[in-house]
Amino acid sequence: MSKTVKLKKGFDIKLVGKAEKQLADFQSAKTFAIKPTDFPGMQRPKVTVNEGDTVKAGTPLMFDKALDKVQYVAPVSGEIVEIKRGDKRKLLEIKILADSKISYETFDKFAGSSLQSLSRADAIAQMTKGGVWPHIIQRPFGIVANPDDTPKAIFISAFDTNPLAPDYEFTLQGEENSFQAGIDVLAKLTSGKIHLNINADVQTPAVFAKVNGVEVNKFSGPHPAGNVGIQIHHIDPINKGDIIWTVSPFGVCHIGKLFLEGKYDATKIIAVTGSEASKTGYVKTYLGACVDTLVDGNLKQNHVRVISGNVLTGERINRNGYLGFYANQITIIPEGDYEEFLGWVKPSTTKLSFHKAIGLLSFLNKGKEYVVDTNTHGEERPFVVTGVFEKVLPMDILPTYLFKAIISEDFDEMEELGIYELVEEDVAICEFVDPSKNELQGILRNGIELLMYS
Amino acid sequence: MKALQNLFDNLKPNFEKGGKWEKFHTLYEGHRTIAFAPDLITGSKGTQIKDAVDLKRVMITVVIAMIPALLFGIFNVGHQHFLATGMEATFFDKVLIGLISVLPILIVSYAIGLGTEFTFCVIRNHPISEGFLVTGMLIALVMPPNVPLWQVALATIFAVVIGKEVFGGTGMNILNVAMTARAFLYFAYPAQISGDQVWTYLGDKTPVDGFSGATALAVAYTAGVEGEPVTKALAEHNTLIGDGLFSFSNLFIGLIPGSIGETSTLMALIGAVILIGTGVASWKIIVSGFAGAYAMGLILNLFAANEYMAMAPQYHWVMGGLAFGIVFMATDPVSAAQTEAGKWIYGLLIGVLTVIIRVTNPAYPEGIMLAVLFMNVFAPLIDYYVVKANKKRRLQRATV
Repeated sequence: MSKTVKLKKGFDIKLVGKAEKQLADFQSAKTFAIKPTDFPGMQRPKVTVNEGDTVKAGTPLMFDKALDKVQYVAPVSGEIVEIKRGDKRKLLEIKILADSKISYETFDKFAGSSLQSLSRADAIAQMTKGGVWPHIIQRPFGIVANPDDTPKAIFISAFDTNPLAPDYEFTLQGEENSFQAGIDVLAKLTSGKIHLNINADVQTPAVFAKVNGVEVNKFSGPHPAGNVGIQIHHIDPINKGDIIWTVSPFGVCHIGKLFLEGKYDATKIIAVTGSEASKTGYVKTYLGACVDTLVDGNLKQNHVRVISGNVLTGERINRNGYLGFYANQITIIPEGDYEEFLGWVKPSTTKLSFHKAIGLLSFLNKGKEYVVDTNTHGEERPFVVTGVFEKVLPMDILPTYLFKAIISEDFDEMEELGIYELVEEDVAICEFVDPSKNELQGILRNGIELLMYS
Repeated sequence: MKALQNLFDNLKPNFEKGGKWEKFHTLYEGHRTIAFAPDLITGSKGTQIKDAVDLKRVMITVVIAMIPALLFGIFNVGHQHFLATGMEATFFDKVLIGLISVLPILIVSYAIGLGTEFTFCVIRNHPISEGFLVTGMLIALVMPPNVPLWQVALATIFAVVIGKEVFGGTGMNILNVAMTARAFLYFAYPAQISGDQVWTYLGDKTPVDGFSGATALAVAYTAGVEGEPVTKALAEHNTLIGDGLFSFSNLFIGLIPGSIGETSTLMALIGAVILIGTGVASWKIIVSGFAGAYAMGLILNLFAANEYMAMAPQYHWVMGGLAFGIVFMATDPVSAAQTEAGKWIYGLLIGVLTVIIRVTNPAYPEGIMLAVLFMNVFAPLIDYYVVKANKKRRLQRATV
């Protein structure tokens, strides 16, 4: 039974710098990297290449010793130019200087119709070997799934409500076949259903319009309605012991392409967004691209922050840093390291706020797009104001109690209060609106790690 | 502003590690962040942008919501003074007398409270929190105009130390800090905070003959005991200083003797509009608090064992400090119930308890103080059951 869910709680963060719907002419990136830090739960990454080796697109670069079946592969062909390590030799980046013409490792190739007869074991073998498995994220915990598990369902959110999020209609245009193939492969992996959750408020993009083998659910409402965790909560919630897998729409296409074309084609259209980008738009590149060609010469001013991903869940990277494995966009916003005279009480129509406390006037102008910088607008404090998180998290969960349980490391409470249903992106909006400026995503990850490793 | 920034920058080395005032760095940070919103930026992971709100802005919103009550309180202290002494006076005379009485209390409350807070911050090495912005004002507004200043100081120290800091500071306390201050005085120095003599500021003047400084609540209670209809007793009270001192409209506007800020239901409601409009206080607590008081008044009407019980319930809304207490004290997010369902129950019970205490307890003519403190203690219990219900829903889901 497909469902229609109307959500009221939440908050849409409207920012200046939406990507113009066209492919912008940026120079293509020269180097690409895979970053173990993109994969929460990766414990002991083991590099299988050396500096100076040449690789093809699809050549294994590393694996996690705790989950050694799953290979992480090169997105492009070329030469390994650097294996970057940090403190205590922690692996940070494996960098590849790309060939001008990409050559590919070969994998088994299937015609679309023959995917029906593919066995589960063969599907998993190709996916884990072929580098697309890390697209499959396990709930609870938000980690790369274990191929030995069988999830009770697979969830795909077909829309992104994050700030300045790219439009799948544009980024996945012409991917109908690979998306369907991806779904056919995923169908082998679960004993239950594949849920495809679409936005009830807009016309469904072509790529999702005629998919077979999925249950289509409709969601409407402000962010975080597009978060797959919220959708799972309303369709088939996770209880202790349950396993659900989630895949992004790009991940589904990527999986499909591996089987249809027999090669690891990491082509990805990403969005260049943010108020400080002189030129916004979409750009066709590969997973893990260096962002320098998107940033250099494309800044309105020099004091900016470059983010791999969106402003809620993304990560700060250098101007010559690399796009995260799961990132669909880069966002460029102003840094906010300035003091503001009486900034805590001055009335303002230019500061974005979910709240209406004295002087915060952004609620008067709901449609306006804001330039928001990285200033925290206040210092960290204990939890004082109550009932705020409940207004932006459309789940039957009591976030404050859960965070307090995590801070006090109370395992039973964490479980009972629903930590299994949440990953960082779900509470990102709570972190944004929190008047006490706590790092809620970090707190949640601590709690998840406590449960995972003890 | 650059000059002020430079001044702070010049002072900064003294407060840094190894500087001569290193111990006091939390005071330095505290003052700098009041002058300038800090230049802190978000981390490399987690949300890269943050909402423009912070705790300082939330607290100043509450302070602003209390300003009508404060201004009216200042006027009313003067107004009551001239009523009692039987002298004609202009608006400005009244305000002047009010200021003479109220300002010292306000200053002592803030100075002593902030001093205590700063001392603790330095000793415990935690940042100065903005909670006392609100508490300092609240303490002054719930004091009788005649209260000795040393008692204000003592109560403030007691409330900040025992009511808040021993629990870990702002956000950790169980009891409302301002109510703790008042309760301390109530039990430690009852002569100066109860009875008929403390609610009207007289200064060095003597009242007119036959003047009674009793509050409406005291009059109502006595009427109940003596079997006289309460509204009649209120109407006939103190007629020598003018008719209708305790008429419903006068009670509502607040031109009556009482604590500095609590007399006016109207001003409390203006505060409520600000707090609810800005979303700073829970409308659920405010609405259910008034509803609880009204409902309990109606229930008592059914029994009507004495005249006080038979009084029309809306009088409970306008007498004493009920409105002020519900709007500004009960809604303190730290000591109130923290779950949304819990807030309904918490507010309702505060209203109910206030009326019960007023009508049945001869020792405490005003019930709101004890009702709020009592429910502060019980708020975690209410929340416990609301949280338990949430957990239960999650467990039941699993078996489906």
